[in-house]
Amino acid sequence: MTEEEIKKTIFKLLKQIAPDTEPEQLQPDDNIRLKLEIDSFDALRFIVELDEQLGVETPEQDYGKIATLRSLVNYIMEKKK
Amino acid sequence: MPSLGADMEAGTLCEWLVKPGDKVKRGDIIAVVDTQKGLIDIEVFDEGTISELLIKENEKVPVGTVMAFISSDKERIIEKEEKIPAKSIAEKKEIEKIIVAEIPHGIKASTLAKKMAAEKGIDLTTVKGSGEGGAITKKDVEQAIVEKIASKEEKKITASESIRMAVASAMSKSNREIPHYYLETKVDMSKALAWLSEANKQRSVKKRLLPVVVLLKAVAKALTEEPDLNGYWDNGLQQKKDINIGFVVSLRTGGVMIPAIHNVDKKTIDELMASMNDIIPRARTMKLRSSELSESTITVTNLGEGNVETVYGVIYPPQVAIVGFGSITDQPWAEMGMLDVRPVLTITLSADHRATDGATGSRFLMAVKNYLQKPESL
Repeated sequence: MTEEEIKKTIFKLLKQIAPDTEPEQLQPDDNIRLKLEIDSFDALRFIVELDEQLGVETPEQDYGKIATLRSLVNYIMEKKK
Repeated sequence: MPSLGADMEAGTLCEWLVKPGDKVKRGDIIAVVDTQKGLIDIEVFDEGTISELLIKENEKVPVGTVMAFISSDKERIIEKEEKIPAKSIAEKKEIEKIIVAEIPHGIKASTLAKKMAAEKGIDLTTVKGSGEGGAITKKDVEQAIVEKIASKEEKKITASESIRMAVASAMSKSNREIPHYYLETKVDMSKALAWLSEANKQRSVKKRLLPVVVLLKAVAKALTEEPDLNGYWDNGLQQKKDINIGFVVSLRTGGVMIPAIHNVDKKTIDELMASMNDIIPRARTMKLRSSELSESTITVTNLGEGNVETVYGVIYPPQVAIVGFGSITDQPWAEMGMLDVRPVLTITLSADHRATDGATGSRFLMAVKNYLQKPESL
């Protein structure tokens, strides 16, 4: 999976969870949850979707590693290796 | 038409899902009703056979109106809505304004135009005449009527505005009628969070628990000890047997929905999480069932992480209490003569002083606190 494909999937999943936002406009270092106002419940739904759609399981202790778009993409690429 | 909250005055029947002769049992969805809170599935709370549908589709009726007759197997006719008090209808029914168009002196208009304007409530001073000498003709009035209808349609309110109005109405009623008292306590959440983290390691991503389920469970358990906080005020306190927690879900577009999570005291932690997974997305998309909107016996508002530490709720009438959980934040904590940094949660209780006193509220908060120190007991 290329970086672009991963980003596309992330945007699609974020749009499902927060339909009124524009995930494509996220800057690489924006905090995703703060920027899109995603609460803990929707954040968990996102993590479930990451697991189901990309097969990336995120343990709780890694939540801090996926806060921004850049770190999330890197995290997924690392896991997909 | 069931009342789906203290703020609801009327509902529009969108669709019947049953027809006369159909057999129904408790919990079946028999109709879809459009309310300020979106399209709601209406459940039936009796068993029997639909004998007659009394309301037509697309008809708007006040709360308390009988929608259908259901005959039980013992040939007894039961009014489906008999359990719902209709008191709010008379109280709030709006009187339709009848505008009598008085014709001021000096305005020239044809007799027919005057008559039409009076019938349709058109103010002739706002109409420009196209007739001889500026006289208002029938055609001018017709044009004014078309414009009036168009402007009315423009004013059609959006879903989020209607939710705003529903919240406004319920909260105003609450602050007007309920003498609130407020209590607050802080809880060290180290044990609860450690327990959760362990519990989640053994669960798949899909089954993972959020701190809120532990909080809800602690509230439900504490309510079994202080049942006076679980009920309605209606000329006196009515304790409720079931503990149905109304959980405040904020909508992304503004406003809140408060679906009921039924029998929280009887659910396991995992069952409770499954209920939340089912109900929160439906609340966000406004697809709730009637029982989920009308059967809460207490409300919990949970701000969740990243927010302020303390929230004092406004009671949702006719309930008698609301519990508020702030955000868990690291704070200095003194215990046994030692100072440490701990994850601290502030819990508040706003309760109806007609129903209970501070002593009850205090015992309740202490019970919640104790349960959170023993998460494995929940």
